[in-house]
Amino acid sequence: MAPTNEILLRIRGLRIEGRAGHVWNEIVHGVDLDLHKGEVLGLIGESGAGKSTIGLAAMGFTRDGCRISGGSVEFDGVDLTKSSEGYRRQLRGKRIAYVAQSAAASFNPAHKLIDQYTEMPVEHGVLTKREAEQEAVTLYRQLQLPNPEEIGFRYPHQVSGGQLQRAMTAMAMSCHPDLIIFDEPTTALDVTTQIEVLSAIRDAVAQYGTAAIYITHDLAVVAQMADRVLVLLKGDPVEEAPTREMLSHPKEDYTKSLWAVREFRTEPKPAPAPDAVPAVRVANVTAAYGPITVLRNVTFDIHTGRTVAVVGESGSGKSTTARCITGLLPPVEGLIEIEGQVMPGDYRSRTKNQLRQAQMIYQMADTALNPRQRIRDIIGRPIEFYLGLKGKKKEERIRALLDEIELEPDAYIDRLPSELSGGQKQRIGIARALAAEPSFIICDEVTSALDQLVAEGILRLLDKIQKEFNLAYMFITHDLATVRSIADEVVVMKEGLVVEQGPKEEMFTPPHHAYTDLLLSSVPEMDPDWLDHLLEERRAKGISP
Amino acid sequence: MIEFFENTWTNLTNIFNAMLEGGPITLGVFLGYTFTILLGMSVGAWIVKRALLLATSGRRRHNLGLIPVTAYFGMLTIATYIFVAVFADILAPYPETDTSGGSFEMWSAQHILGTDNRGGDMLSRLIYGARNTVGLAFVITFLAFIIGGVLGLLAATLGGFLDQAMSRVVDVLMSIPPLIFSLLLLTIFGTSVLNLILVIAILDSTRVYRLARAVSMNVVVMDFVEAARLRGEGLWWVISREILPNITAPLIAEFGLRFCFVFLTISALSFLGLGLQPPTADWGSMVKENADLINYADPTPLLPALAIALLTVAVNFVVDWMLHRSSGLKD
Repeated sequence: MAPTNEILLRIRGLRIEGRAGHVWNEIVHGVDLDLHKGEVLGLIGESGAGKSTIGLAAMGFTRDGCRISGGSVEFDGVDLTKSSEGYRRQLRGKRIAYVAQSAAASFNPAHKLIDQYTEMPVEHGVLTKREAEQEAVTLYRQLQLPNPEEIGFRYPHQVSGGQLQRAMTAMAMSCHPDLIIFDEPTTALDVTTQIEVLSAIRDAVAQYGTAAIYITHDLAVVAQMADRVLVLLKGDPVEEAPTREMLSHPKEDYTKSLWAVREFRTEPKPAPAPDAVPAVRVANVTAAYGPITVLRNVTFDIHTGRTVAVVGESGSGKSTTARCITGLLPPVEGLIEIEGQVMPGDYRSRTKNQLRQAQMIYQMADTALNPRQRIRDIIGRPIEFYLGLKGKKKEERIRALLDEIELEPDAYIDRLPSELSGGQKQRIGIARALAAEPSFIICDEVTSALDQLVAEGILRLLDKIQKEFNLAYMFITHDLATVRSIADEVVVMKEGLVVEQGPKEEMFTPPHHAYTDLLLSSVPEMDPDWLDHLLEERRAKGISP
Repeated sequence: MIEFFENTWTNLTNIFNAMLEGGPITLGVFLGYTFTILLGMSVGAWIVKRALLLATSGRRRHNLGLIPVTAYFGMLTIATYIFVAVFADILAPYPETDTSGGSFEMWSAQHILGTDNRGGDMLSRLIYGARNTVGLAFVITFLAFIIGGVLGLLAATLGGFLDQAMSRVVDVLMSIPPLIFSLLLLTIFGTSVLNLILVIAILDSTRVYRLARAVSMNVVVMDFVEAARLRGEGLWWVISREILPNITAPLIAEFGLRFCFVFLTISALSFLGLGLQPPTADWGSMVKENADLINYADPTPLLPALAIALLTVAVNFVVDWMLHRSSGLKD
């Protein structure tokens, strides 16, 4: 059903405040928004832009510690900011539904999917339990869930993440609401799973003529889903336009910068000499957690000054390979060599110098930095531990490293990790790895928890450092856009096996291994017709999406 | 059985009536004292808070302002107890073992709070009791934390067989009711002060072990601990620099609570005749020795109980505030 001219949701001058201690700070500074019946509006912006806060406010709801301080939220002609809590509760679930980012965290693990599905329609008196169960099966089928008759009788932990997200969407549609708010429903999913969820959501929304607010930070995703896009920056609207127009002619500088993020490319490097000793050699490594083999015969080299991107879905063995290299998981068979030297399998048997050579940067900077240590100690410890520098020399080195990662030494040296932003924390993680003066760094999904602009800054920094210190990188990621920007070589993994490997240019030019092809073609592109074309193509080839 | 309850009930009503009508010291007087102490402490807490806020400025003032009055009350009370314990010799009108008065004398000018069963001055013994009971409780709690904390941290960090072995031993120790267990051990080994300290400390360290192990487990899985291990740091560094600073808040809070429990355990044991022995002044045994006075509607034996209760409440106020702060909750 095409969008109509009838306005469903009208937000005017919406202001929301959040409380820090005893002070209320405004986090949304007057946002106007119109949503027509059957229309999908994309809300995009970095974290802290107020996307989710506005999404929730569309239901007349704010999180704990937030309040609506001004403006109006008119749903179907009634201002929700002035209506009673009882009235709003009547709307929620029945006429406005919400799909959260993490379905795994939002389902109650103690109840079967179908029982959670039927709760809403029965509670609101729309359907009886039997009718609701029958409808559930219909919706499960429509959302392309396998075994629609049976899947509802499983518990949340018995289905995969992508299926759970679709079950959640089905649940949101159980009362045939007029409006659904999708809050980053595919962010936590693998690219290949994301496709299924995106197409399922889009079809279902179109079929029932449901209006939707689609919140995401991924521009390519919003391009597929939304009719219209609203760009937000720190609680202010930046630009609003129909999707196609926004993609082809962004007006504001900020929007343009968002669009340009994916254009960063590292300079191509000359191929390593055939007889060069690789910085890291992973030779025929097989590894197991107890009786379960998780890596089979993995072999690849990483040469000095080059970046090898290891890609694959979750559970493909990317991080396990890293654990083998660092010695956290001694391989059952095979060897790890660093600079031509065979490493003991267990990190506890490695010498200080061997440990120094391979450093690691983690995905979650929050848990990678000790919250009780100041930046001075976090970066200073490896300097003292490996290089034996103390006192003034150590201090100089810490300051030099802070300069290196583009943080002002005087301002940051005595801070605690909690006093830094996500991107800054990740920079400290990089500095800590650099402090050991390694020859090789493992980057484990280092940008996946960051906003695109911040992530790009981190990639540029890593690239600069690599050139300066001639470092070898192993770049673990599931984001192929990151691979495109920084990798020299690519290793594709699936179920503990290396499926395909080679230089980046080769990997991104067909022909591919069937799995690489699936992976590559699943990465959303900015073209609004990309999803349609892809699904058509896959149907023609007889592959299920 | 029914007879027993009937008798108890009659006794209780008699005592209460006698108190209201005015026994040796009326209930009104007693409640008056209690109320005055509490009011004094509360007002004192409020004044201290105001004074601190006036004397400071900026960030420090802001932080002090966030501390609730109950926490000031708790800290002020604890400080008073410590003061009394330290200066007991100066503050007490009579020596600890002095029994010059007649037994069970009433409140008078010579003996402000009367005398106990052996003719000791009640006020002096209360003051010395602060030193003995509180000091002992502190030593025991401290020891329990050293033993339980170190073993718990080791178990969480090393894991494997050591963790299993120690945890099962602790399970066995915890499966026996602690008061009965300590009664048993004290009967076997004798009731010296050293035995008392060791028995309660070891039994209490099992609780500390469980907590230390549980909270460390959450920290051990963090990436920064993995990073430290991969750096090649030794066990001591990992425990003292990476894990311990991240679990101090719950441990300190537990210290406060444990302190109260130890305190009550000592008093209970003394009451049962296995804790501190006369003539050493101890609040628990003081309640027991003078319990007969209750039958004559004299609330004097309630004074040591009141001292115990007040300290317990004070410690809990402080602990609540610390827990609140460490949990990161705002308001």
